[in-house]
Amino acid sequence: MSKVRVLVLRAPGTNCDMETVFAFEQAGATANRVHINQLVRGYERLSDYQILVVPGGFTYGDDISAGRVLANEFRMGLGEDVPRFVEDGGLILGICNGFQVLVKAGILSVNGGSMPLTLTDNDSGRFECRWVNMVVNRTSPCVFTKGIDHMALPVAHAEGKVVTGNTVPDANIVLRYADEQGNCGAGYPHNPNGSMADIAGICDDTGRVFALMPHPERFVRGTQHPQWTRRSIGEQGDGLRIFQNAVRWAESL
Amino acid sequence: MHRVEVRLKSHLPDARGAGLVKDIRDLGIETVSDVRVVDIYWLDAELFPDKLDLICRGLLADPVIQDYVCDSAISTDTDSTSTRRVVEVTYNPGVMDPVEGTVMKAVRDLGIDNVRAVKTAKRYLIEGELNPEQVESICGKLLVNPIVEHIVGPDTVPFSEHPRYHFKLNHYYILDTDDSGLAEVRNDFSFSEPELQAIIDYFHELGRNPTDIELETLFQTWSEHCVHKTFKGKLSFAGAGIDNLMESSLTKVGQVFQWEGIRITIDNLLKSTIMRATQELAKPWCLSVFMDNAGVIEFDEKWALCFKVETHNHPSAVEPYGGAATGIGGVVRDPLGTGLGSKPILNTDVFCFAPPDFAHEKLPKGVLHPRRIFKGVRAGVADYGNRLGIPTLNGAVLFDERYLANPLVYCGTLGLMPRELSQRGQQQAGDLVVVVGGRTGRDGIHGVTFASEQLTEESSTLSFTSVQIGNPIVEKKVIDVLLQARDRSLYRRITDCGGGGLSSAVGEMAADTGVRVDLEKVPLKYAGLTYSEIWVSESQERMLIAVPPDCIDEIMELFDSENVEAAVIGEFTDDHQLRLFYHGELVCDLSMEFLHEGIPQMQLEAVWQPPYHAEPDFVSPNDLGGNLQKVLGTWNVCSKEWVIRQYDHEVQGGSVLKPLVGVNSDGPGDAVIIRPLLDSDRGVIVSNGINPKYSEIDPYWMAASAIDEALRQIIAVGGDLDRVALLDNFCWGDTRRPEMLGALVRAAQACHDMALVYRTPFISGKDSLNNEFEYEGNVIAIPHTLLISAIGIMADVNRAVSMDLKQAGDLIYIVGETWNEMGGSAYFAVHDLVGNSVPKVDAAKAKVLMDNLSTATGNGLVRACHDCSDGGLGVGIAEMAFAGGLGVVIHLEQVPLGEPVDRDDFVLFSESNSRFVVEVAPEDREEFEKTMGDTRWAVIGEVTGSGVLEVYGQDGHQVVAESLDRLKEAWQQPIRW
Repeated sequence: MSKVRVLVLRAPGTNCDMETVFAFEQAGATANRVHINQLVRGYERLSDYQILVVPGGFTYGDDISAGRVLANEFRMGLGEDVPRFVEDGGLILGICNGFQVLVKAGILSVNGGSMPLTLTDNDSGRFECRWVNMVVNRTSPCVFTKGIDHMALPVAHAEGKVVTGNTVPDANIVLRYADEQGNCGAGYPHNPNGSMADIAGICDDTGRVFALMPHPERFVRGTQHPQWTRRSIGEQGDGLRIFQNAVRWAESL
Repeated sequence: MHRVEVRLKSHLPDARGAGLVKDIRDLGIETVSDVRVVDIYWLDAELFPDKLDLICRGLLADPVIQDYVCDSAISTDTDSTSTRRVVEVTYNPGVMDPVEGTVMKAVRDLGIDNVRAVKTAKRYLIEGELNPEQVESICGKLLVNPIVEHIVGPDTVPFSEHPRYHFKLNHYYILDTDDSGLAEVRNDFSFSEPELQAIIDYFHELGRNPTDIELETLFQTWSEHCVHKTFKGKLSFAGAGIDNLMESSLTKVGQVFQWEGIRITIDNLLKSTIMRATQELAKPWCLSVFMDNAGVIEFDEKWALCFKVETHNHPSAVEPYGGAATGIGGVVRDPLGTGLGSKPILNTDVFCFAPPDFAHEKLPKGVLHPRRIFKGVRAGVADYGNRLGIPTLNGAVLFDERYLANPLVYCGTLGLMPRELSQRGQQQAGDLVVVVGGRTGRDGIHGVTFASEQLTEESSTLSFTSVQIGNPIVEKKVIDVLLQARDRSLYRRITDCGGGGLSSAVGEMAADTGVRVDLEKVPLKYAGLTYSEIWVSESQERMLIAVPPDCIDEIMELFDSENVEAAVIGEFTDDHQLRLFYHGELVCDLSMEFLHEGIPQMQLEAVWQPPYHAEPDFVSPNDLGGNLQKVLGTWNVCSKEWVIRQYDHEVQGGSVLKPLVGVNSDGPGDAVIIRPLLDSDRGVIVSNGINPKYSEIDPYWMAASAIDEALRQIIAVGGDLDRVALLDNFCWGDTRRPEMLGALVRAAQACHDMALVYRTPFISGKDSLNNEFEYEGNVIAIPHTLLISAIGIMADVNRAVSMDLKQAGDLIYIVGETWNEMGGSAYFAVHDLVGNSVPKVDAAKAKVLMDNLSTATGNGLVRACHDCSDGGLGVGIAEMAFAGGLGVVIHLEQVPLGEPVDRDDFVLFSESNSRFVVEVAPEDREEFEKTMGDTRWAVIGEVTGSGVLEVYGQDGHQVVAESLDRLKEAWQQPIRW
């Protein structure tokens, strides 16, 4: 069987593309870094891939608001390619800035796109880099988190607060910030940005489009964890399973 | 023209505004209850309502959380009726907000191409009873920096026309019989008299007068910033340090210093000391030292590392955000411009400020408050570094009142490149001169001379062109494409455009060939620049490359594929001349030989006399717990978590040992470790040492201590000294004063002496002199400040050790000797003393000790290790204990002493160098002690689970019993902003 092909999107200001490629390679896929211009200008086709990743970074400097300008380019430059990609069974993963892009481009649609949803400034008013604990919603259809109960990952963002117009259906909420014991509602800094309902990651109605603020690609091996010099963490990091799940799903297509 | 206002829906909290409310409280104004920030966009266009609506709805406003209004629908937020004050702020003409360019791009993506320009502004709605003075205070101290911004009324038209430039070639008539031409040169440039004479002689021989751009070129190229003429000068040294010099290995190896009775002549301090040590050590793994934009060492068989630290002090003093941002932007381009280009993989930042609680009313005119400088600098470095996707992992923040008007902002970058590309390239005649990246504006004109001159009250108004707002995304794009071009061998040589702009970059690159440049081909941000301004502008985000003609199409196509601007501006020649043209007119014709070799060597006097400071007149307190809390809570020792968390230290996925460690990830780690190649276990350790407080006693031991500290941190995390390289960054006062220069000589000498014994070569460095401020006739000079930055190669990152205590029941060792060395200590500082017994370094002994400790950590015998630095054993053990969340008991009578020390407070707080606190499991005791051999060490206590730090004095009674929560609170509270 040929390897699963992953398109790791690059745009001006993307900066987590290399480690995202590494994470997918660890999970057994072939991952290519592709610049948005190559897609818009037609040198690369989305349909040649099974997984699309919009990685972390500061695309267009977070100018206007984080992810806004790349989201605009998605809508105007790629048009129907992205919805068709999802319809055809492709997976989309948005990490950090990618979350912001997918939401603002309307690609991550909850309730058929009727749910008003966005990401805005952290309550602290600051960019913050810290490790957080999350619990996984086992009832969500998200294909990326199958078999995972909880995770520890780092966040590093200034605009990660999820704001919604209505209550997000439980099935769409994949990850919630929690304390070390797995309790939600633990407040800052466990919920690092003030996100409504402690939302750290959500998926669309199909479960094939998933986005999260924390960085799974930054925890694919044990020595990336801040506590590894104190206690046994194991060889693999929690984030790796997200990439493995995605590749396994795509292999079964 | 359209005006669009975007604001958060009124029921949502405004995080930006909440931050301002806090800042306003810090000013002592308690009446402000709320601040909201409105984003304003001016669009220079005539748009149909549907198009304008599309831009607002589809781009500028987020319908979930924001509302927008345009043009006539805008109702002004008046402040006449209520307690609301309205302030609208925009950038000054010529200062570019990066957002403007982004909006232009996004508008074009929407299919709207008739917007000619965009300008942004911010409107602040401030709620609360305020008198006019308070409003002015808020504006002046928080909202507006007149260097880059101004307040506008609601109907101000923000787009200013840039006048066209009409070419006229200007000369300085220095060869004329009357002296008016020379007087003009003296007025416009600060050449020294010998330099001016050399210039007169040169042009006399040519038989013509110089043009303005020729003198500009010489002025830039011969500036202290570019050529380090003080370090390369001929110094005549006398004074107390001379005995020490005689004993130094420098004089033993001969020829370096020439003796003339009681004076010594030092011909080129840099070559005689720092570079000399590197030469003598002749390490084969040093691949490129002191010749390129950064020093390069071998990482493994395939890869090399390069490292550079720079300062951006003066710009940060007048515009902290922009100054610091361009500081990090500038240093990142150094590794990118080293060899054939390296990828930036880590940033390090060290700041020196005046204390944040400095009284506002004592602030000299024209000086920004240290808290504002601190916050601005931190934001500038973080915003730029985070956006570039480079982890900011290492750093320090120091405080001293003498940094009030002269803050120091050190920014460093580590780069990774293929080993075979580590050597500087060489262009050939006919290769094209290509400038890549940002456009050229009037930014930073005369930045290098600004950097080299003393600041005065007027600096902040005179220097407005020296500061610009960086655009990190332009730089990120440049990095992305240049690394691809490098891997496809599309250019032969690369350098950065930094201080001195094209003048320095092109001038240096063409030094051994020659070059012609057509200045009108340089892409400009706006019209109106003179040929000379184009040449010396220090606009950011620009790189210079030499491209073979047969590669030019491919490389330009590559740049275009990622929307990176580039332009061919000339070609390299073989005539050894610098020839500049503007629309075909020759405006500069200088020989490379004169440009680079023509500067006369400086002749300088240096002297050093040891000062005397008062000694303590109090006895050792019975309870040292309160003192420990005080020391932990000093600005210099306290937690810097507030700063560190706002840097991304995880991006690129390589961090192995992070800056914050321990059970709650809030303990102060020593060095940091990254894994540059994600599929390898080989790592890089990065650390720094900086002890300006000791230079008040002796700059020699200040420098030696800084080196020892940087190396201690490497050892503490499990590294070794086998492959460690150092950088030096000197920030000094005015070295034209002999005592300043004498201090510099002593510090440089220590660098040489320590590097030789530790066998750790210097690979690059930089100096920033003239860090002084004149205020009402008084000159305030900064303390002599030397930053030593170190990188060490770690064969296996799985051997890393963190400083947090791990396990109750483990043994606590102190390794190294404690001396009566309280001079310059944090403990003396809380008692308002300096003292005289500065910590010294016995490097030969320390080397053995560090080597043994490395072996012990390498063999897995060390559970935790922390070096003793500021605050000595007391602070070190407290930090280890609260980082681990456990408890500890230690006995001072067990501490091995180098000389009799009869005071408990001195043993606890002495800052003797080359000492470590080590946690060892009981079962490893024998093995550990065997490994440490006959170096000085002792078991001084054990780890407990009590949550308490207990210290017993030399006579056995308890001198400290403090809960770790209290100690940690004392340490965290000062900068919990």
